[in-house]
Amino acid sequence: MRRKIQFAFAVAAAAGLLPAPALADGIKIGMITTLSGGGSSLGIDIRDGFDLALKQGGGQLGGVQVELIVSDDGRKPETAKQIADRMVKSDKVDIMTGIVWSNLAMAVVPAVTRGGTFYISPNAGPSALAGKMCNENYFNVAWQNDNLHEAMGQHVADKGYNNVYIMAPNYPAGRDALAGFKRFYKGGIAGEVYTKLGQKDYAAEISALRAAKPDAVFFFLPGGMGINFLKQYAQAGLKESIPLFGPAFSFDETILKPVGDAALGVFNSSQWNADIENAANRAFVADFIAEYGRRPSLYASQGYDAARLIGSALAAVKGDMSDKSAFRLALTKAEFESVRGNFRFGANHHPIQDIYVRQVYRDENGELTNKIVGKVFSDHQDAYAKDCIM
Amino acid sequence: MSTLLVLEQVLNGLQLGVMLFLLAAGLTLVFGIMDLINLAHGSLYMVGAFVAATVAQWTGSFMLGLLAALPAAALAGMAVEVVTLRHLYERSHLDQVLATFGLILFFNEMVRIVWGPRAIFMDVPQALSGTVEIVPGAPYPMYRLAIILTGIAIAAFLYVLITRTRVGMLIRAGASNREMIGALGVNVKLLYTLVFGLGAALAGLAGAMAGPIFAVEVGMGEGILILTFVVIVIGGIGSVRGALVGALLVGLVDTLGRAFLPTLLRLVADPATADGVGASLASMSIYILMAAVLIWRPRGLFPAYG
Repeated sequence: MRRKIQFAFAVAAAAGLLPAPALADGIKIGMITTLSGGGSSLGIDIRDGFDLALKQGGGQLGGVQVELIVSDDGRKPETAKQIADRMVKSDKVDIMTGIVWSNLAMAVVPAVTRGGTFYISPNAGPSALAGKMCNENYFNVAWQNDNLHEAMGQHVADKGYNNVYIMAPNYPAGRDALAGFKRFYKGGIAGEVYTKLGQKDYAAEISALRAAKPDAVFFFLPGGMGINFLKQYAQAGLKESIPLFGPAFSFDETILKPVGDAALGVFNSSQWNADIENAANRAFVADFIAEYGRRPSLYASQGYDAARLIGSALAAVKGDMSDKSAFRLALTKAEFESVRGNFRFGANHHPIQDIYVRQVYRDENGELTNKIVGKVFSDHQDAYAKDCIM
Repeated sequence: MSTLLVLEQVLNGLQLGVMLFLLAAGLTLVFGIMDLINLAHGSLYMVGAFVAATVAQWTGSFMLGLLAALPAAALAGMAVEVVTLRHLYERSHLDQVLATFGLILFFNEMVRIVWGPRAIFMDVPQALSGTVEIVPGAPYPMYRLAIILTGIAIAAFLYVLITRTRVGMLIRAGASNREMIGALGVNVKLLYTLVFGLGAALAGLAGAMAGPIFAVEVGMGEGILILTFVVIVIGGIGSVRGALVGALLVGLVDTLGRAFLPTLLRLVADPATADGVGASLASMSIYILMAAVLIWRPRGLFPAYG
């Protein structure tokens, strides 16, 4: 019923039956992200990256005054849903963004975009939203979930490894990760292991892995799971003998610090890194460190790009959001300088972009960080775009 | 599946079991003697890990970190007992669960304010960073071996403490009849605080030893707390001997299940199904174990009461 009313409202508004809210004096953006509990460092980086773009513009994006409303979802889908309802109904936000996790995105995004509010995803990119459930009001400025795994599959295949042990948590994103890896890696599989979500001790898996004698290991264990695994893998003395590969999610700045030398030299895939050469990225990295006193992670870069994408579209429509299709068209064009360089949207509003291989090294200040050592994909698009009919 | 691999996995299981034992020993004493369900036990584990990591980073010595973690966790535990838990002994278990759940939130937030939301670094001590070949051909991390040995030493210490000393006698008496030892003139309040401090120190020790292996992060105590409760339910509430047996059982079943269930299932099903079902079954294995034990012995393997 609620949805029906929303829908009716949207239709009425679109038909010009209702007066458009006064927009001349600025727009409202609602950000739902994870700021407390496990995984909060991702949400904090997204918020800070977004905020940085806003600060650089003096509270404006694309020359339009922006009111940013930030709310913490605590990584709970039901909380995210409640906040989304509140933001749409009582705050009447024009655009929403911020969600880190795919399960939260699936709980929030479809209803929000169907109701006519724009949603710009700075992180989560579940396959459903890129394919069958795509929506004209949904844009993902980060990646489709599979992309970085696909890149690592290609890289491992390129390097001539032919007996790879692959590992991920036993949940949908984990299964997607290994499927993505195998989409581009067609060689032998020494073992395919699904671990418990949130698992701490990997001794059993590491012993089994050693016994399987693979020539490389690919793993997707985001957050604390990755910290645990990397430490234990190095302690088992395997880091030198069997090379590790993984997506950037286990190698961002917030993970490298607690992991320490156990991550040194490991290869990982990412669409962004601090050393990508372009003016936008140089300004982003320098300003981020100056503002927050820490290095930006890929999540921060995604938050920053989300803000700048919105800014480019606002500038194109001169802050007038009453014509939704004009604003949507402006978003589709993505006329902003992304910090990752080459960037545009595919027909399903997901990125077509380059994906790189990075290696963890110790910089001149003695801090662990990544450097780009090669490019795996140019203009890479996700595998679900063909299922999307808008 | 070679014998070597099985042996190695048994060691892995023992190591997990020993870690669980350190947590379960304190929890089961508190539960058994004070009849208190303390969900915040995992928070003391977290405090131990954070203090150990910080002191180890300041001083560069893992041992100093470990030595600092014990009193820090014990003090935190005793403070919690005096300030809040003392008022909950007479209340229902539901009230206790509610209050100690609140304590979890409090500790998580406090650690976040002090240390920030990001995981912090803690490394294996230099002397224990290599691997040893206990069984030729299967290198085993020295640090994990050290955890097993520490755990055995602690179990021996607790055995002597509980069966051979006066304090131990009071603890045993408290576990079997709380009213009676109060009536006999024992300072029950002090005994409770001491027992709580002992349990907290053991949790802190577990946290400090876990630091180099696991991520030292906010909320690290919650996942392991669930396993700990399974351990004390299997072992019999209030019994340290039960906690030891339960912890080793849970450690072994969990590890061996994860290691061998998918392989075993491959004998009867196709690989994809075997891996999926095996992984799911392995994560359920300890709960199946718990259910089986409870059917066979509803009060656990070594019930402390009468």
